[in-house]
Amino acid sequence: MIKDYVRLSFFNLKRRRLRSYLTMIGIIIGIAAVISLVGLGEGLRNFVTAQFNIVDADVITVMASGTGNGPPGTGVVNPLTQKQLDRINSVNGVDVAFGRLIQLGDYLFNDKRGFTYIASIPAGEERKIVYDIVDLKTDEGRLLKDGDTLRIMVGSSFKDNDESGKRVEVGSKLEIEGHDFTVVGVLEKKGSFAVDTTIIMNEEIMREIFSEVGDDEYDVIVAKVKDGADMKAVKQDIEKVLRKERDVEVGEEDFSVETPENAVKTLTSTLSAINIFVYIIALISVVVGGIGIMNTMYTSVVERIGDIGTMKAIGARNSDIFVLFFLESGLLGMVGGIAGIILGSGLAYGLAAIAGANLGLDISASVSPMLVILSLLFSFIIGTLAGLLPALQAAKMNPVDALSESR
Amino acid sequence: MIQKIKQISRKKKDSKHKTASDTAQKSGKKGDEIIIELKDVWKIYDMGEVKVNALRGLNVKVYKGEFLSIMGPSGSGKSTAMNMIGCLDVPTKGDVFLSGKNISYLTESDLATIRGEKIGFIFQKFNLINALTAKENIMLPLLFQDMPVDERKKRAEDVLQMVGLGDRMDHRPNELSGGQQQRVAIARALATDPEVILADEPTGNLDQKSGASVMDFLRQLHKDKGTTIVMVTHDKNVAGKADRVEVLIDGAIVDNKKKREVL
Ligand SMILES: Nc1ncnc2c1ncn2[C@@H]1O[C@H](COP(=O)(O)OP(=O)(O)O)[C@@H](O)[C@H]1O
Ligand SMILES: [Mg+2]
Repeated sequence: MIKDYVRLSFFNLKRRRLRSYLTMIGIIIGIAAVISLVGLGEGLRNFVTAQFNIVDADVITVMASGTGNGPPGTGVVNPLTQKQLDRINSVNGVDVAFGRLIQLGDYLFNDKRGFTYIASIPAGEERKIVYDIVDLKTDEGRLLKDGDTLRIMVGSSFKDNDESGKRVEVGSKLEIEGHDFTVVGVLEKKGSFAVDTTIIMNEEIMREIFSEVGDDEYDVIVAKVKDGADMKAVKQDIEKVLRKERDVEVGEEDFSVETPENAVKTLTSTLSAINIFVYIIALISVVVGGIGIMNTMYTSVVERIGDIGTMKAIGARNSDIFVLFFLESGLLGMVGGIAGIILGSGLAYGLAAIAGANLGLDISASVSPMLVILSLLFSFIIGTLAGLLPALQAAKMNPVDALSESR
Repeated sequence: MIQKIKQISRKKKDSKHKTASDTAQKSGKKGDEIIIELKDVWKIYDMGEVKVNALRGLNVKVYKGEFLSIMGPSGSGKSTAMNMIGCLDVPTKGDVFLSGKNISYLTESDLATIRGEKIGFIFQKFNLINALTAKENIMLPLLFQDMPVDERKKRAEDVLQMVGLGDRMDHRPNELSGGQQQRVAIARALATDPEVILADEPTGNLDQKSGASVMDFLRQLHKDKGTTIVMVTHDKNVAGKADRVEVLIDGAIVDNKKKREVL
């Protein structure tokens, strides 16, 4: 039965198309504002998270940051050591910690010279953990395994780039620091510049070809934190251990301990400040939209007093009349919501595409199904709330009085 | 058109709606059983300063299967009386009995249910829903009775055929002539198989010819199906089409002597 009421309600809305659209403007703007800004913000957050190259949120990254204060491998730094790694491994709350080498190096492919980051992967159990944390997967070929010596994996940009006249693929030969390496795997695109341009090899061979790196030195230490452990406390403990080990005072640290939260937090707090602003504006326009719906529904009730009388005369109960107007109002809200979602999504994806194209970055908006469903529900509820009083007024109308309007 | 009325008299056995003719046959000879009775009914509109006595001790009996017309000048209380007979309103004083049951104290919701099941209204201004097609208008009272949609469609098509508008099912009221609109309204009243059809000035908004055609149709319906009809009108000629005429003046039925003077 409800289907017929919905149909009847739709009918009434369609008959007064222009007024219906005008009524929905408030809801449309409100929902579109929320969808577009939340969608853009979420897309931005995804982008930034990808840049940090970390999927798991429970990972702490330690880097030596000497006076050079540049990326690893540059400037004068006091490197991280095996001993420091062992210390970090025994910090309470640290599940497992391991070191990685990250060096700038040059390579020769198809007689063209290139310059990029080369990173190491530890052997054994830790290999799996790194693959897991960084979520490394190959697009072509396979991941490195223990015992692979003159073999490498390359980031996705090697495959996409044909500047040297040839694309790198599985089986391609690259000369790195004077040694011939064979590509066994091309990694999935990550959207992070750093990862997508990196060459990855096993730690053993990397130590061999970068002989200037000390035997017990690491460029980066990655610590995976135990489930449920307090990220902040673990971070502070690591800092304490390292200060002692490296003999530096508080405030003079020559190393940095980064949590992914740390990095994303700045963005998140900026975004939530914007979000609060957006929500307020959206709420105002939705409330104004709700009042608009209420006004339209009151008008609609007055216009249809005669119809209400007729319907009551032919057997409509008060509840039937109520449902009719209540649904109509809810639909008005929901159709406004749908329009807002379409408009907002268009804006979000459009703006992201324009920004991405202009900045040369791989940014895309992200409008989640949850956001869409919540928006729909919210606009329907606003509609029904706005229609509550008019629908009650219509339902309670005396049939004789209502009929006299059309007799 | 008249043949169509006869055709439509056959009804699905499983339908919960009884045709008026079915019930008329069951109750035996027509004219025995009282369907509706108004006993000393008063309706007083309290307008603050003044009180309008629209009905002053109205007594009316409606017998099953009869065609009754109530005739009276404008403002005599015809529509108000119709509201009482049709359970649209309850009296300020007095009682209304429907099938022997006093409805004067029922709730609005109960009254609505009774209207939907037992009463079919026909109005002077047709009172069709302009947003809906002829067919949808007829389906509407059936919707309020929770009839499944397929049955509703079928029933609406049947009654539209019956009033000779089988080719106008999907027309909106504003695409139909006055006479056609009133026939859609009659079809709507018939759709629920009511115990009684109430017509308030059914020809009041029609020209001579379509008015006459609507009256012929009502007469034929009464004759073929034994439908109980109560009609109010100010028009002597229209009133004369009924089996029995009562005259209403100043909110009460006049005695036979006065009636003879008027008629
Ligand atoms: N809702 C109302 N409020 C006040 N007075 C009314 C109302 N309805 C009808 N009346 C009065 O009651 C009397 C009878 O009205 P009505 O039944 O409409 O007469 P008729 O249908 O015979 O023209 C009239 O004097 C009319 O003005
Ligand atoms: Mg009247």
